[in-house]
Amino acid sequence: MTTAIELANVSKIYRRYGGRQFATLKSALLQRSILNDLQPSETFPALKNVSFKVAKGSTFGVMGRNGSGKSTALKLVAGITKPTSGSVKVDGRISALIELGAGFHPEISGRENVFINGIMLGLTKREIQSRFDEIVEFAELRDFIDAPVKTYSSGMYMRLGFAVAINVDPDVLLVDEVLAVGDEGFTHKCLDKFGEFRRRGKTILLVTHSLNLIERFCDDAIWLDAGEKQAEGDPKRVIGAYLTAVEATEEQLLAATTARAVQEAAEPAAPAAEPTESDPTRSDMFTATEGRWGSREAEIVRVALLDKSEQPSFVFHTGDAMSIRLHVRALNPIDDFVFGIGLFNADGVCCYGTNTYIEEMNPQRLAGEADVTFAIDTLDLVEGTYKLDVAIHKRDGYPYDYHRLLYTFRVKSRTQDIGVYRPRHHWTFAGDVLFGGTNKL
Amino acid sequence: MFANLANLVRYRGLIQSLVARDLKARYRGSVLGFVWSFINPLLLLTIYSFVFSVVLPDLHSKETEPYALFMFCGILPWTWFSSSLTEAAGSLISGGNLIKKVLFPAEVLPIVSVLANMVHFILGLPILAVFLIYYRRPPDLDGLFWFPVTMLVQLTFTCALALFVSALAVHFRDIRDILSNLLTLWFFSTPIIYWIKQAPGLGKQVLDFNPMTHLVVSYQEILFFDGPVGHWKWLLSVGAFSVLLFLAGYWLFDRLRDSFAEAV
Repeated sequence: MTTAIELANVSKIYRRYGGRQFATLKSALLQRSILNDLQPSETFPALKNVSFKVAKGSTFGVMGRNGSGKSTALKLVAGITKPTSGSVKVDGRISALIELGAGFHPEISGRENVFINGIMLGLTKREIQSRFDEIVEFAELRDFIDAPVKTYSSGMYMRLGFAVAINVDPDVLLVDEVLAVGDEGFTHKCLDKFGEFRRRGKTILLVTHSLNLIERFCDDAIWLDAGEKQAEGDPKRVIGAYLTAVEATEEQLLAATTARAVQEAAEPAAPAAEPTESDPTRSDMFTATEGRWGSREAEIVRVALLDKSEQPSFVFHTGDAMSIRLHVRALNPIDDFVFGIGLFNADGVCCYGTNTYIEEMNPQRLAGEADVTFAIDTLDLVEGTYKLDVAIHKRDGYPYDYHRLLYTFRVKSRTQDIGVYRPRHHWTFAGDVLFGGTNKL
Repeated sequence: MFANLANLVRYRGLIQSLVARDLKARYRGSVLGFVWSFINPLLLLTIYSFVFSVVLPDLHSKETEPYALFMFCGILPWTWFSSSLTEAAGSLISGGNLIKKVLFPAEVLPIVSVLANMVHFILGLPILAVFLIYYRRPPDLDGLFWFPVTMLVQLTFTCALALFVSALAVHFRDIRDILSNLLTLWFFSTPIIYWIKQAPGLGKQVLDFNPMTHLVVSYQEILFFDGPVGHWKWLLSVGAFSVLLFLAGYWLFDRLRDSFAEAV
């Protein structure tokens, strides 16, 4: 295997321009530091000791959250910036699709800009001449090529930039999240072009948020987070690791949201000594806002959402098992009680609601501490954020302890279907109907 | 550094097309277009002629008659010099997109500023020729030889300063403001609106320190004064100095190069 791109222990430290937007002569003279001697607080590590190799002819994906160092890595490969430490080696002519049409001058025509941009990217005049028609064809700008670039729409501008850059015929193509520039048709054309590049044995380094793109195109992938390499290798595996981490972060966020909601509900809860039945808005579960109320003769002490392995979680997948466990306590034994559950989506639509009374369970006795588990075998909800109502009340609705929309969880799905409920389903076809491959972008 | 310097030759196609772009874009949208290249120095000349021929006619000496032509020989190269530096100072900042987003040889930008202004200078020469013919002062062969040499020296000198100014202006935006004032001072320290022989001893010594003095005096000897070009020793010294200055400027530029993408 020959290596087209190699990064060895690369770190990149940017300077922050904090209090002073621009350095001035005066400050430089006063501090006697023109470029060096910066305080650590004035620097920001964008990449920390990152190494990876890209084999010649392969397509390599770089993923990560915003600010994870992806674009910095790409700029280092392109040679636009130099690493603070470590080494970057690239073999072959590079074309970087980082900022499309970066060198365009607004006042002059598209035609002249194509020539100048091409020369900037390392082509000769003759090479551009011979590819000119192809470039214009690709950009779909035949009618406007002689108009000044300032009159172009942003889509036209990007298309022309893309068309020039891709026609440089590089050995190494660097792509930074530029596929979002055109309409559906143009995006397909770009992807076809990438496919052609791959077939011709060119190396592609692809930075994108689109995991589908990485899964579909890349031979290898790397995942950066906060400037550090988290995983590298088979795209499927790296994407898996990445998604798990994203879920973990989301989970923390949801846990914090829930904790805050419960906390806030508890604070004003110097629990109303008298039953708050008199408050009509609260008894209507479709209009009330979040909160907690009730006489607390029986109390929901704790609520936990459990995944299929009984672990507390806030992120679930469509079709997974999920349990809602209420830890309840009754100070004195009671014989009139109903446990209720309500599921709401982000729009406040009640997706499902039930209670033990509706399901014809006859209460006999609740005393001391107890666990109540509402187990969902398969969570057939579409992707989204959901909130939960849990309650203990009398059969006539008198609330002991009502928790309104205090618990938040998230359902994730690999399918982008819409609605609320995802019925178990499959498709069957009779007759001459054929599907093949995948249509994923 | 010298490898990079050699690259500069490789970039000549790029420089050429950028200069062409600069010239095309400059007057795009103006009614008179390229005519402005002729009109601008003419207007400047009119202003100074008004001041020194109408308002203060006694300030210049007899030797510098016709005074308009005398001044024109200095103003034309000065305009090239000063607009080059002013534009070069902002060239990296306004070309920031290129430096940040494309692998682009940054030194091309200040050099393009200088060359684009050189083209304007050359476009001004026909007007000068018209003046020379009108006043019946055809330059001799000697002068025709020294004229391109003078231009070459000025080109080297201006490029050298342009490299310094552009690289430093990225880090110290103050330079652009300092520069415009400094150029005014520099203009009056160069024998353009007066004759160098008018300066008293001390003044002459000060003027001799100014490389632009020798360039402008050379132009005047070539175009305005009769007889052989007597200033060539000075001119060649300035030329040698300019080459050193250019290397120093390039060295500084090369040192600071990696910081441009971040600081622009």
